[in-house]
Amino acid sequence: MQTIDLQQTDLRTLNATLHAQAETTNQTTWTIENPRGAHALACGLDAPIEVTVNGHTGYYCAGMNKQATVNIKGSAGPGVAENMMSGTVVIDGDASQYAGATGHGGLLVIKGNASSRCGISMKGIDIVVHGNIGHMSAFMAQSGNLVVCGDAGEALGDSLYEARLFVRGSVKSLGADCIEKEMRPEHLEILADLLARGSSTAKPEEFRRYGSARKLYNFHIDNAY
Amino acid sequence: MPPEGRCFFGEFTMCGIVGLFLKDSRLEPQLGALLTQMLITMTDRGPDSAGIAIYSGEQEDKTKLTLQSETPETSFEDLAARLGAPLGIPVDVRVKSTHAVVTLPAGQTAAARAVLTDIDPSLRVMSRGDSIEIYKEVGLPKNVAARFEIEKMRGTHGIGHTRMATESAVTTMGAHPFNTGDDQCLVHNGSLSNHNSLRRKLRREGIHIETENDTEVGAAYLTWKMQNGATLGEALQSSLEDLDGFFTFVVGTKDGFGVLRDPIACKPAVMAETDQYVAFGSEYRALVDLPGIEAARVWEPEPATVYFWSHNAAPTSSEKAA
Repeated sequence: MQTIDLQQTDLRTLNATLHAQAETTNQTTWTIENPRGAHALACGLDAPIEVTVNGHTGYYCAGMNKQATVNIKGSAGPGVAENMMSGTVVIDGDASQYAGATGHGGLLVIKGNASSRCGISMKGIDIVVHGNIGHMSAFMAQSGNLVVCGDAGEALGDSLYEARLFVRGSVKSLGADCIEKEMRPEHLEILADLLARGSSTAKPEEFRRYGSARKLYNFHIDNAY
Repeated sequence: MPPEGRCFFGEFTMCGIVGLFLKDSRLEPQLGALLTQMLITMTDRGPDSAGIAIYSGEQEDKTKLTLQSETPETSFEDLAARLGAPLGIPVDVRVKSTHAVVTLPAGQTAAARAVLTDIDPSLRVMSRGDSIEIYKEVGLPKNVAARFEIEKMRGTHGIGHTRMATESAVTTMGAHPFNTGDDQCLVHNGSLSNHNSLRRKLRREGIHIETENDTEVGAAYLTWKMQNGATLGEALQSSLEDLDGFFTFVVGTKDGFGVLRDPIACKPAVMAETDQYVAFGSEYRALVDLPGIEAARVWEPEPATVYFWSHNAAPTSSEKAA
């Protein structure tokens, strides 16, 4: 196992070292010590490596991730796993604003709560939040799944496209064009798989499903203010 | 104060706020040093100017004014005598760079201000109150902290601000914190979009507003509300209705420390609490050197929720006490 201590090594060296790992690297396990809220930790990775960050992180940790698994043993600042393409990001604590924003693929697991705008404009990423999420989550979400084991804040799924939203607790309000939908067997199957991959013991039957009413897809004069 | 490179989902890094409220009096000698460290960490969020409000404690039957001058050598020379003689009261003046802390007998603030306007109209009042002292200047936070020797100051609580100017000029008067009333102050990260109309309205109500700065309008708004009988909590609550724009406010009072984010909450905020203190930072980075931070409860304050801690409250803090 490789250990990089950010008290000794600067951030650029850390990220350059992780970027240098090839598809076939045999240095597959990395630990980052003393993150102290630094920005852009473990960003832009593209190798099947596992990186563990021992502490809280600042803006944009694990952004643009491909293939790698990034474990954050603390809470994450704004924009964690933003624009993730593949791989897995697991946060033991809470996540700040716009976690998993615009993500195209991969799995983001937040074991605490996520704040506002979680999964905004998500494009295929799967997000599993063990706690609650804040307002404007999944705004303009296009595809992928957002699973919330706790409650959702205001304006969930506003202007939603085809992403699936599963919420176990209460939803403070639904955004424009977001509606509750029937939970069919295929959805329970998808949800069971996501909960298992997200290490949640919640039961799929306890969730409700929300999705797009598809009324904002085309311009309609009655939608104008 | 600063707007943003606000993109679709949030903001870039503009302006930094720090705050520290001590529960454990054993940390009081270190307050200035801890706040200075927090402030310097936020330099890249706001390199234009910096300011700090420190509640350094009360002296019995005394009150204070913090003054600022562009020409401290002449303005502060003999000030104790020039101010004390016409009023017939003992006055103590402590000069720190461009600022001077004037200590007066309680109840003499208004009389002293009238005399000050007479003897030197260029003097600016940074703060007034029994405990508060406000220091602010243009320049890098580390230089501002050093010129006022903030590191050596003791106190019960304090708030600081690093500014990236956007809504008005880089000047001392545009720097935060803003004094909103006796022993009250405000720092702000964000930008108010209705500050021009609100400034006109408040001026009609007789509220003195010095600059074109949006935060000063926010501060004046709170002052106006409180002059009309609102508590600080109520004034903050009504600001959610009356202020348009983005803001995270941190406010200080003689005994307490409060936090409020606008309902959209795109300006960042992190809080940490231990048995010894409650701390606020625009980012977690600002908090990493606080004692015992590894074991602190760290969380993000909720939007549109007033948080307040007071030394007057029960031993545990009174969170969300609007």
